[in-house]
Amino acid sequence: MTLTATGAAITLSGCGKTFADGTRALEPLDLSIPAGETLVLLGPSGCGKTTLLRIIAGLESPDAGGHIAFDGADVTTLPIEKRNVGMVFQSYALFPNMSVIDNVAYGLRVRGVAKAERLRQAHAVLEMMRIDTLAERRITQLSGGQRQRVALARALAVRPRVILLDEPLTALDAALREHLRAEIDSLLRRLAITAIYVTHDQAEALALGDRIVVMRQGAIAQVGTPREVYFQPQNDFVATFVGITNRLAGSLKAGHFASAAGSLPFAGADKAEATLLFRPEAASLCAPEETGLVFQVEQVQFQGARQRVVLAGADGTRVVVEAPAEQLVAAGAAMGLRLDPSRLSLV
Amino acid sequence: MSPRSMSPHRLTFALQLLVTLVVAAFLLVPAGASILAGFTANYFRGLSSGLTLDWVKEVLKLYSDTIGFSIALALGTLAVTLVLGVPAAWALVRRPGRMARLVEEVVTLPVAIPGLALALALIIAYGGFREFRMSPLFILVGHVLYTLPFMLRSVMAVLAAVDVRTLEEGAASLGASPLQRFFHVVVPNAKGGILAGALMVVTLSIGEFNLTWMLHTPLTKTLPVGLADSYASMRLEIASAYTLVFFVMIVPLLVAIQMFGLERPLKTRAQTPTKANRGPPLIAGEQP
Amino acid sequence: MTSADRLARLFLLPLFLFVAAFFVLPLVRLVAVAGGGPNGAMEYLAILTNPRHLQTLISTLLLSAAVTFATLAIGTVVALFLARNSFPGRALLVSLLTLPLAFPGVVVGFMIILLAGRQGLLGNATQALGLGKWVFAYSMGGLFAGYVYFSLPRVLVTLMAAVDKLDPNLEEAARSLGASRLHVMRDVTLPGIAPALIASGAIAFATAVGAFGTAFTLATRIDVLAMTIYTEFTLNANFATASALSLALGLITWGVLALTRSLSGSGVAAAG
Repeated sequence: MTLTATGAAITLSGCGKTFADGTRALEPLDLSIPAGETLVLLGPSGCGKTTLLRIIAGLESPDAGGHIAFDGADVTTLPIEKRNVGMVFQSYALFPNMSVIDNVAYGLRVRGVAKAERLRQAHAVLEMMRIDTLAERRITQLSGGQRQRVALARALAVRPRVILLDEPLTALDAALREHLRAEIDSLLRRLAITAIYVTHDQAEALALGDRIVVMRQGAIAQVGTPREVYFQPQNDFVATFVGITNRLAGSLKAGHFASAAGSLPFAGADKAEATLLFRPEAASLCAPEETGLVFQVEQVQFQGARQRVVLAGADGTRVVVEAPAEQLVAAGAAMGLRLDPSRLSLV
Repeated sequence: MSPRSMSPHRLTFALQLLVTLVVAAFLLVPAGASILAGFTANYFRGLSSGLTLDWVKEVLKLYSDTIGFSIALALGTLAVTLVLGVPAAWALVRRPGRMARLVEEVVTLPVAIPGLALALALIIAYGGFREFRMSPLFILVGHVLYTLPFMLRSVMAVLAAVDVRTLEEGAASLGASPLQRFFHVVVPNAKGGILAGALMVVTLSIGEFNLTWMLHTPLTKTLPVGLADSYASMRLEIASAYTLVFFVMIVPLLVAIQMFGLERPLKTRAQTPTKANRGPPLIAGEQP
Repeated sequence: MTSADRLARLFLLPLFLFVAAFFVLPLVRLVAVAGGGPNGAMEYLAILTNPRHLQTLISTLLLSAAVTFATLAIGTVVALFLARNSFPGRALLVSLLTLPLAFPGVVVGFMIILLAGRQGLLGNATQALGLGKWVFAYSMGGLFAGYVYFSLPRVLVTLMAAVDKLDPNLEEAARSLGASRLHVMRDVTLPGIAPALIASGAIAFATAVGAFGTAFTLATRIDVLAMTIYTEFTLNANFATASALSLALGLITWGVLALTRSLSGSGVAAAG
């Protein structure tokens, strides 16, 4: 199966969505997705990520003034069936009245491809996904993981310009999810196809995305690489959503961040109120005199290879860090905190 | 619940059993008697007069035209309800809103209004068009009016239960046009509802009397119209044999509907509790 | 999805045209004819102002109420019995009992003639027992029996489904709290199947009010609304009265069904 890199670059400008009942699902937004990129739309339910995906697909049209272009050509008024996209639905939307092979060949059938040829192509896609043995099965005879693969094969069989995945793994159990995530990741990279992937699971987003769009209440909260989003969230919402646990309140003055626990160098304009965000793994413990930040050890939880240390600052602020198991940490002792400057974020 | 636990309970059990047996007798004995009478040489003298097929033969000779007409009418009604109903059911399910509710309400209204009133309205509006009034089409219109809601509801219930919208979106994402989606995805997945609706339509059309009695002409007599004739003017054995013929036609349909009825509510209820409970059960609504 | 919207509208068009031509228009004509008789618009109220029609209306409503009550009472007993006991042949009995579900009214009328007519099974039996010959097919009693015969199967189907859906834990919980069987029935079982009782009762009532075939088969002399309409129209050619009475009949049956549907609809929703 040769699926050449036919990915389209996608540009959205001023795309908002207000539903008939007046609910604002999406604030007007701009977004551009280069050809071949895997973009993840991440956010809690109701944040507008699925609406955004459906606008790109052509299942919803944006409010007046919004425009979508594939490779520079405006497709705003084109219905989904004319956009040549591949879509994997959360419920898979496999046709129960057709066998696996007929499902996969369906897109070619409505394109008028002759029967022998479309079956050949469909088998080739199934082979690529290593599920050719399922070809004659009914949809009801498939397991969840098999359905997921068939749905993906069906979307790819039409050689789409962009593949859209709407929470494709949500219906599966955790172990299978992990496995299929890796499979989808390597497939998308191999095909170099433009992909837009909607999920509410940050682990999935971090593993799959070239870039992540974090969304909140119909608007974009942050766009960035997985590393940027993970270590340098631009606001409190993103920080909370990607699971940052530690917050230090203080101020920024003359290139130093100062808090009740001490201070450390930090580049940036002066700010009277600032919060330093960091993850447990961005910090390490050291002797108090080696750093400007000093805490008292409140609790130590041994976890095998590592230990989890809860620290309290002078004003009672708690932070959680991880330390190697062999490091000696005693409750009640004073400890210094060293932070990796590349994995800090100030909001 | 063991019926033997205590004596007041045993009394309740016995009373319930008695009522059930009386009800069974009330419903089944006359039907049995009618079947027997159709085969008995002389019903007033009883079985001792001997069994015969003469009455059935007589009925087939006298009334075969009504039997044929009823079957043709039922099939014609089915064809029209399929063409009118299945596409419309899809259109109504697509956009559940106040408009769809209103349309559904108006379209299902004929079920709630006695056939006699409907027939009267049709005659007053169209009785003047002689050719139409005299043709089988006139009865066909009445039967379609009356059975269409059953087809609509049956198909709509299934479409709502299988979440046909997502399937359609799936087909659209693969490039299928709206018409292709309707024939490739909607119709095949509504098959259960279409079949159940078709059984209802045929059963109701074959048994319909209220409308048909008012709408029929001497040349467009249906089986129930013939039955009413025979009840009024023929000897009991012929009326019974005629009823027997009717049973032979209708009972297989009823059994088929029962088999559907036992299966379907389970499925639809499990998936969409609100939609499945909408309105009275499918078969409710026809009038004696 | 504008192209799909266009198709949907195209698909609805034939239905619209059919319903407009053969339902809405005839109803409008019916209203016009009813008000266009010698009595003018007063004809609409004929059912209330004409003492004979009023009497017919009252007896129709009373008969229908009696049928509804009897059908529900018998139906509840039998449905509870069949749903709660298992015995060999139960499935067969259930399907036999629901078989008359779509017997048309004329056939039901014939069943009643066979049961309680001049040569009826019941008459022969009572005569043999020395109780004299019971013949009631050609009266209100026959109509009552016919409508019960017609409505019982569907009431049974609805009620048995409702009993099946009841959570047996509720009754067990009530008994664990010390409720007697009578209390359980009154406080748990009957409220549990109340929506089904209301819905199937409404259908039985509306059916009995509008019924024509059974009455037609049994006798043309029974004064119920449907027979009056038929006589006014075919024998007296009194189109205005027949139309006005038809409208009243349709309003009653539609009203009862619409009312209970909204009632039981909200009841079902509230019950989850």
